[in-house]
Amino acid sequence: MEKFTKIISPVVPLPLENVDTDQIIPARFLKSTSRDGFGENLFRDWRYKKDGSENADFVLNNVKEGEVLVAGKNFGCGSSREHAAWAITDYGFKVVVSSFFADIFKGNALNNGLLPVQVSEDFLQSILAQTKAHVAVDLEAQTITLQETGEQESFEISAYKKHCLLNGLDDIDFLLSNKEAIKEFEISSRIYSGTPTTLK
Amino acid sequence: MAGKTLFDKLWDAHVVKHVEEGPDVLYIDRHLIHEVTSPQAFAGIEKRGVPLFRPKQTIATADHNVPTQDQHLPIKEVLSRTQVEALKTNCEKHGVELYGLGHANQGIVHVIGPELGITQPGMTIVCGDSHTSTHGAFGAIAFGIGTSEVEQVFATQCILQNKPKSMRIEVSGELKKGVTAKDIILYVISKISTSGGTGYFVEFAGSAIESLSMEGRMTVCNMSIELGARGGMIAPDQTTFDYIKGRDFAPKGEEWDEKLAYWKTLTTDADAEYDKVITFDASDIEPMITFGTNPAMGIKISGSVPLPNGDQSYRKSLDYMQVEAGASLKGKPVDYVFIGSCTNSRIEDLRAVAKIVKGRKKADNITAWIVPGSKHVEAQAKAEGIDKILEEAGFELRQPGCSACLAMNEDKVPEGKYCVSTSNRNFEGRQGPGARTMLASPETAAAVAIAGYVTDASEYLN
Repeated sequence: MEKFTKIISPVVPLPLENVDTDQIIPARFLKSTSRDGFGENLFRDWRYKKDGSENADFVLNNVKEGEVLVAGKNFGCGSSREHAAWAITDYGFKVVVSSFFADIFKGNALNNGLLPVQVSEDFLQSILAQTKAHVAVDLEAQTITLQETGEQESFEISAYKKHCLLNGLDDIDFLLSNKEAIKEFEISSRIYSGTPTTLK
Repeated sequence: MAGKTLFDKLWDAHVVKHVEEGPDVLYIDRHLIHEVTSPQAFAGIEKRGVPLFRPKQTIATADHNVPTQDQHLPIKEVLSRTQVEALKTNCEKHGVELYGLGHANQGIVHVIGPELGITQPGMTIVCGDSHTSTHGAFGAIAFGIGTSEVEQVFATQCILQNKPKSMRIEVSGELKKGVTAKDIILYVISKISTSGGTGYFVEFAGSAIESLSMEGRMTVCNMSIELGARGGMIAPDQTTFDYIKGRDFAPKGEEWDEKLAYWKTLTTDADAEYDKVITFDASDIEPMITFGTNPAMGIKISGSVPLPNGDQSYRKSLDYMQVEAGASLKGKPVDYVFIGSCTNSRIEDLRAVAKIVKGRKKADNITAWIVPGSKHVEAQAKAEGIDKILEEAGFELRQPGCSACLAMNEDKVPEGKYCVSTSNRNFEGRQGPGARTMLASPETAAAVAIAGYVTDASEYLN
């Protein structure tokens, strides 16, 4: 995983609430067996018209620069598809800002080096009020700053996840390093042993 | 010391270790996988050169992407076929039991786990699918995970998780006639919102919940993710034990007695405290239907669409659905009826539909699809003659899979058409680009199929 440090970037505003993962990447585009290429279909049904041409009203077709997506509350609700996080990173975003994130999306984002930054509703509205906002996101300091006004908020992230993102480590490396403890747990504490599954 | 909730007891019993200022290493008893969210995880462990740690605790099926007609033939759509074939290859290579197309145990992952007895009280169960919450109906901690987490479980049979807060949702009192488990959960979601449960794990309790069958409890827990909650659970009781007994993978003989004794201890202590408690009166619940583009946008069928409060997302939703604020949905013409999905495709759901449509015909303007949740449900329906009743009423009985719930396969509702669906999500385009979904119970969906427009099942229930 790539290391995350600090970025200063224009924002791409999507001022809608409850953006679900079916909108981020519709199910019919989940048929790949690799993690790549999902950015092409990010927000597919909002971004393109039925005939495949661009929908001029949709923000991704107007704002071409920016590594920070800013959306309304409850971003990423619905399906657990990690393809949503892959589509957002593949498109080129490094940060998603919202006033509230759905649990599974947040976890998936963190597992892919995409930083979910939860801000207050007021701060979100301050960003959205600017026509061309820029933000600085500093993971080490856990702050987000709206460049145009200097407004700043700090955001939360677990010390463990912060360490992972800053150093480009992932959970599997960590879990594999705990394999002995897992084996011990299986012997000492388990109630359910492996099901003898046989084809019938 | 204060007592513990059932959730606390089970969570704590599965913590291998706590990471300082971080998550818990949580041990997983059962891992269910399917073709859509597993290929990248298999590729991941192969790239790292680590084996699948506990293949015998992993069960696979093909469901999301499969056709629901002519399943004996090769899948026509190339990408879908590739994904289903990749699952087969991966399972063979890594020693995972696969119930693929054509297998007697195949079906929607959240239908087959319980019906085969794989799902048991006290377990931790995960799957790369948000509706894994279904299995919580048995008093298990079950929740959906992303593909990176699927890879974690492949590699170590554990995942890193922060412990959610606990919420108790109590539904007490007697349900009105014609009110189903689906109506309960649509009602609860409409009151709490799609984010009201975020950060929590829910325990459903109260006399109305206890009165439900296992199928009904699964419907309730299935949709706990639509509250934003990671999962929902119901303490196991005699209804649970009776359901499990005798199933293929259920404990047998002496082991049954041991497990049963353990399962009977799986309750929340009387003095345990939850982070949040919400109570509802069962008698306030009526048959429900959704009018908008998230599952919390639900109303009583007898009610009317709420007026907008100036919120852009709400207006966008009504515009997409082409429904009028302040109006009733009753009498609104419908084009499709879909009975299926991990929410409502079990034998009890099919029986409920058959009871309503028996001796009747679907309306001419309705295309009615009924997709059983598994090969076992399909076989049971045939054994009971339900297939004949449905066919005579003009329903298409298809083969098991997720089907039009998420429209990954050919089963798509056309653009602009209304579908009354027993599934779990009414998001924009969920059942096909431009499709308009109204969520309801199987009973309501069956009544709509007969009437041709939005109605409740009351006049068909005798």
